[in-house]
Amino acid sequence: MLNQKITDILSASREVGWVMEPEAKRLLALSGLRVPSFGWVKERGEAVRMAHEIGYPVVAKVVSPKILHKSEWEGVAVGLNRDEALLETFERFSRYDGFAGMLVEEMVSGLELIVGAKVDYQFGPVILLGIGGTGVEIYKDSALRMAPLQERDVRSMVRNLKAHALLEGYRGAEPINLEDLTHTMLTFSQLVIDLQDHIESVDLNPVKCNPEKCIIADARIMLMKSA
Amino acid sequence: MDLKKLFEPKTMAVIGVSLTNDRHPANVIFNKNHLRYPVRVYPVNPQGGELQGERVYKRVGDIPDPVDMAVIAVRAEHVPGVMSECIQAGMGGATIISGGFEESGRKDLQDRLIALAKESDFPFVGPNCLGIFSPDHVDTFFIPNERIVRPQRGDVAMVSQSGGILVDQMVKFAGEGVGMSLALSIGNKALVRELDLLAYLVDDLKTRVIAFYIEGFGKNEGREFVLAASRSSKPVIVMKAGKSPGGSKAVSSHTASLGGDYKVFSEILAQYGVVEAKNESELVAFCESLSCYQQGIEGRIGIISGSGGHGAMAVDVCSGHGLLIRTLPEGVQKEMRQSVSPSIRDIASFENPIDLTGSAVDDDFVHAATILSRAPEVDCVLLLLLPYLPGCTMDLGARLSHVCRREGKPMVAYVPHVEKYRMLIEGFELNDVPVSPSIEGAVLMAEAMRRCHPC
Repeated sequence: MLNQKITDILSASREVGWVMEPEAKRLLALSGLRVPSFGWVKERGEAVRMAHEIGYPVVAKVVSPKILHKSEWEGVAVGLNRDEALLETFERFSRYDGFAGMLVEEMVSGLELIVGAKVDYQFGPVILLGIGGTGVEIYKDSALRMAPLQERDVRSMVRNLKAHALLEGYRGAEPINLEDLTHTMLTFSQLVIDLQDHIESVDLNPVKCNPEKCIIADARIMLMKSA
Repeated sequence: MDLKKLFEPKTMAVIGVSLTNDRHPANVIFNKNHLRYPVRVYPVNPQGGELQGERVYKRVGDIPDPVDMAVIAVRAEHVPGVMSECIQAGMGGATIISGGFEESGRKDLQDRLIALAKESDFPFVGPNCLGIFSPDHVDTFFIPNERIVRPQRGDVAMVSQSGGILVDQMVKFAGEGVGMSLALSIGNKALVRELDLLAYLVDDLKTRVIAFYIEGFGKNEGREFVLAASRSSKPVIVMKAGKSPGGSKAVSSHTASLGGDYKVFSEILAQYGVVEAKNESELVAFCESLSCYQQGIEGRIGIISGSGGHGAMAVDVCSGHGLLIRTLPEGVQKEMRQSVSPSIRDIASFENPIDLTGSAVDDDFVHAATILSRAPEVDCVLLLLLPYLPGCTMDLGARLSHVCRREGKPMVAYVPHVEKYRMLIEGFELNDVPVSPSIEGAVLMAEAMRRCHPC
């Protein structure tokens, strides 16, 4: 069941049509999913304080209801390691259309996966796992299953990826934490079931997976167009 | 919804027969059932008169006996009125052949039929369809007797959104000796849909395999379908059109259906062990195989042939499907070597594929197949039999199928289909071991069982 805080996030985003990243991440965290430490800052001093609290290096991302694909707009800056660079980025972002602040976020590393969902007309909520990052449309390496997922579904999705060896440890690399990936996907699948009347699709891309854990580094929730 | 009266009617009204045009669909249907099927047929036309010496009833209400099914072949705008009369007369259901409904922009007319039917719990198939071919009971396909190819009676039921695909598939089934228990063209599937038919066929004792040709499902209908199919004890096969975006467009103008996102469709079927047939040859091979074997396998294949080349070809095809050909353990190989004729012990290969060579005799095949069937490393035996080997006789099919029955491990075979090998082929087929005329086809028969296994 959806709690009040989640319902509030959805209603507040209805007008824009999608849930912007800081709110999407708050929603995911409320549902028990792991996101990096982050803060949504609206002015310079706040940005510096947040970066110090998280600890450099940090990632900065533009927040704007007008910008759905941040990287296409150069709206993501990674590896910022001092105040000057952070403030420069803030200045740059503040000139963007619809600027609504900046996301300051902990840097995380790992294999980039995509975990997604869509509410399919014929099959209802379905979950996707694939090789993620900006190349997701190039690799097109993904597996789909109907939600709610069982543990065995996640195992078979991993097995069905062409690049499954990358997840399982390739050429001496340690495997990613498959147990945590499974946990992430099962939790996400349950959330999608709860959200099915509100959403059209969800992209968690990338989900960064390393031998310790899986962290959702970016999230976009597209809401259902109201009738 | 009681569908029994539709599929096994004792009495039937054919509404819309022409008194002047014997090629009218209703006349074709009347002619092919009247005195040819054990169903009493009543022709109906408002003008009355006679057809082939039979009284033509002016109104449905004039028919003196209770009628199980009405075949309605009048113009679309008259169908709601005719259907009301059928309901009034207490008929068991209808097949609506007429087109001119949702597929040509008259959703309103179709919605009226649905409302009428739901109000009175009156099942109907169609509209815009060929209807029902139920062997030994009834045939509403408006294809003249001399043109249709009917498969023998058997245990495959097929439900199709497209009448054309269904008829074509029946030709292919007949060619491969796949028997049918029921063939249903459901057209616009306004009321009776895949889910209802799946429920009916799961309980139908004559049916062992349920096949569908589907262009698209309604909202959330796909979800209900795979969940129901995964609970079914019988294999469910689905062939889907509209795989490419271009194909989807073609579908939306055909029976006014929306093609779904193919990847979602395909992977969810696999998730629930619903067997997807990607094309017509897969559909035929899958139906043939699954009417013999209803359980899924993981797909670890053991191959026996009398020709190294055939073994190698089969390995290639298996690998293409992701079926596994693993080398047999030393112990199994040794046992097999001991079991065959001394003359081939040193020239045959027992690793998998097993090549018994052109000098093998019937006993060698039987011994090798028995040992292979007992090996837990293998969950399906693929036989590549070349009837021209001098040591092989026409008895081999029956003998090997007895190995299959005794050991309980699925067996599929390739035998070249030439008339003079018929007894060898029938030795398999009449004993429920499926045989294909090609290596590719035999591998597909194994693949069918693997796709039954939820992924």
